[in-house]
Amino acid sequence: MTKTIDAVQDQFETFQILSEDGEVVNESAMPKLSDEQLQELMRRMVYTRIWDQRAISLNRQGRLGFYAPVAGQEASMLGSHFALDKEDWILPGYRDIPQIVFHGFPLYQAFLWSRGHFQGGQIPEGVNVLMPQIIIGAQIIQAAGVGFGLKKQGKKNVCITYTGDGGASQGDFYEGLNFAGAYAANAIFVVQNNRFAISVPVEKQSAAKTIAQKAVAAGIEGIQVDGMDVLAVYAATQQARERAIAGEGPTLIETLTYRYGPHTMAGDDPTRYRTKDLDSEWEKKDPLVRFRKFLEKKNLWSEEQENKVVEEAKEDIKASIKKADGAPKQKVTDLINFMFEELPYNLREQLEQYTAKESK
Amino acid sequence: MAQMTMIQAITDAMRNELKNNENVLVFGEDVGQNGGVFRATEGLQKEFGEDRVFDTPLAESGIGGLAIGLGLTGFRPVMEIQFFGFVFEVFDSIAAQMARMRYRSGGVYNSPVTIRSPFGGGVKTPELHADSLEGLMYQTPGIKVVIPATPYDAKGLLISAIRDNDPVVYLEHMKLYRSFRGEVPEEEYTIELGKADVKREGKDVSIITYGAMVHASLKAADELEKDGISAEVIDLRTISPLDIDTIIASVEKTGRAIVVQEAQKQAGIGAFVVAEINDRAILNLEAPVLRVTAPDTVFPYASAEDVWIPDHRDIVDKAKKVYNF
Repeated sequence: MTKTIDAVQDQFETFQILSEDGEVVNESAMPKLSDEQLQELMRRMVYTRIWDQRAISLNRQGRLGFYAPVAGQEASMLGSHFALDKEDWILPGYRDIPQIVFHGFPLYQAFLWSRGHFQGGQIPEGVNVLMPQIIIGAQIIQAAGVGFGLKKQGKKNVCITYTGDGGASQGDFYEGLNFAGAYAANAIFVVQNNRFAISVPVEKQSAAKTIAQKAVAAGIEGIQVDGMDVLAVYAATQQARERAIAGEGPTLIETLTYRYGPHTMAGDDPTRYRTKDLDSEWEKKDPLVRFRKFLEKKNLWSEEQENKVVEEAKEDIKASIKKADGAPKQKVTDLINFMFEELPYNLREQLEQYTAKESK
Repeated sequence: MAQMTMIQAITDAMRNELKNNENVLVFGEDVGQNGGVFRATEGLQKEFGEDRVFDTPLAESGIGGLAIGLGLTGFRPVMEIQFFGFVFEVFDSIAAQMARMRYRSGGVYNSPVTIRSPFGGGVKTPELHADSLEGLMYQTPGIKVVIPATPYDAKGLLISAIRDNDPVVYLEHMKLYRSFRGEVPEEEYTIELGKADVKREGKDVSIITYGAMVHASLKAADELEKDGISAEVIDLRTISPLDIDTIIASVEKTGRAIVVQEAQKQAGIGAFVVAEINDRAILNLEAPVLRVTAPDTVFPYASAEDVWIPDHRDIVDKAKKVYNF
């Protein structure tokens, strides 16, 4: 007799389009992207890799603040984002800054968010993203709500949210998937399985062989994708989006990926929990290397183009840091004003006290 | 004017707002066809349709997240937590998410969510149904907390809560749901949040209270009057923010005050009211401000609740102690 669990989880194979050598191994799944779109995907991944390197360096110089490195996860982050429409919503976790920046959140504000400045939370009008979530999983139940709201309004838009393999252990993860399924909400849940929740390996998070299979219990679609393959991630997200706006309900996407760096720059040391062998095993799957090979074969990418993006990224970062440096000194009185639409008596009094204190 | 129970007034307020604003949504466990376990949403799904009034899966945290997400897309959610003892399941959504939405976004986003929930002792519930947990909410910056004591106040306060652009926890004392009727206008009216109501004027001692204890305090005031003591009863109605002006004006007049709460004593509203009086009116005091509270245990098993919950005799005793100080 086949055990039900084996029958279920064996069906979750990893969806892939590009092999590690950049060869197309799944021609029928190739998304319809123009040459310009393919180049834009590469441009965004290169840009983000440079940004990550600069951010780590700025953090070490004490000029950035909180930072969660993203190198290794570019395909997972940017491939999924590339499938979105401008009006779609993103509810990010704290590592998911590249997606919201490419959705319209200015880079200098991302730096201000890292520095803990309130202007880093002031999402510009028309940019449908939330501030990066710190509580693991809280964004997942909220995404069910945003997705349900979009559906109620009859909008052909979705809400996408991101978490990691650790996030898939939270109660809110299950509640979010279940609510979204029950209401057939316009939602996409992306679990970027980078194999470690800080230090705890994914094997210790769950007895489930895949995270994608957790969709089954919620009665929604689930798919496991090679998260180092930007085309596979794009295609899976694009299909999930189509299904959602057609009223066919939400999708859980598990991307198999890896973060090359530490959990955050606040003292995490991956050598305590990861081997060099594992690191190099995953570096061989690198999303940029793979996609570069693919594009070069099509004569769509050159060293010159790559260098141009590198320079562009460096310039943008320099300008954005400068702009962030120009933000006004943060005041407690500013923060008091953000507590309520109208301040109650206690905050009115405290506003006066801190206005006096800050004018000294 | 119509005579309504408190629960009828609450239903009436939701009906009014569902009519008034198409973005108002009412949802929670069993609130749809069943009309809520206390029938607070009786008939609303039938009248406004399943799009507006609907059941949720049984998961409080999910309900909170749903409300936040619906709020972000332009809706005005009125969510029910079936019993406030279940709030621990949804505490992150309330305290860490809704209450901070405006702050974290530097004023860009808000959470215009009303969280309705029954609470309060005296109706012999199983555990974790009756606890007075408003102190936890009071300690949380970014939310308002409303506790009505009469049908009239219940309607006007709930309409205001739903219209408020910040999250409001609106707690409904179960003992008051159907214990009496009061006059409630059929037309809409609002009662400003953060405004107390002097339920009985007096000159000798101020009794500052809220919720079901308003009624115990009024009974105590009747008793005190027989002994020649004139008690003023202030119903806070909104416990966060407090109506500090009404509290201080009363204490300045009487020079003596007690604070009465059904909740256990530790770190409660009463403690904060005492501190505020000390800060602002200590020179007006003729006696220390004392508290009438439950003991610092969890809410008791049903057969002990009659003793555990403060009653009018406890209030009379404490008021006399202050009066005779």
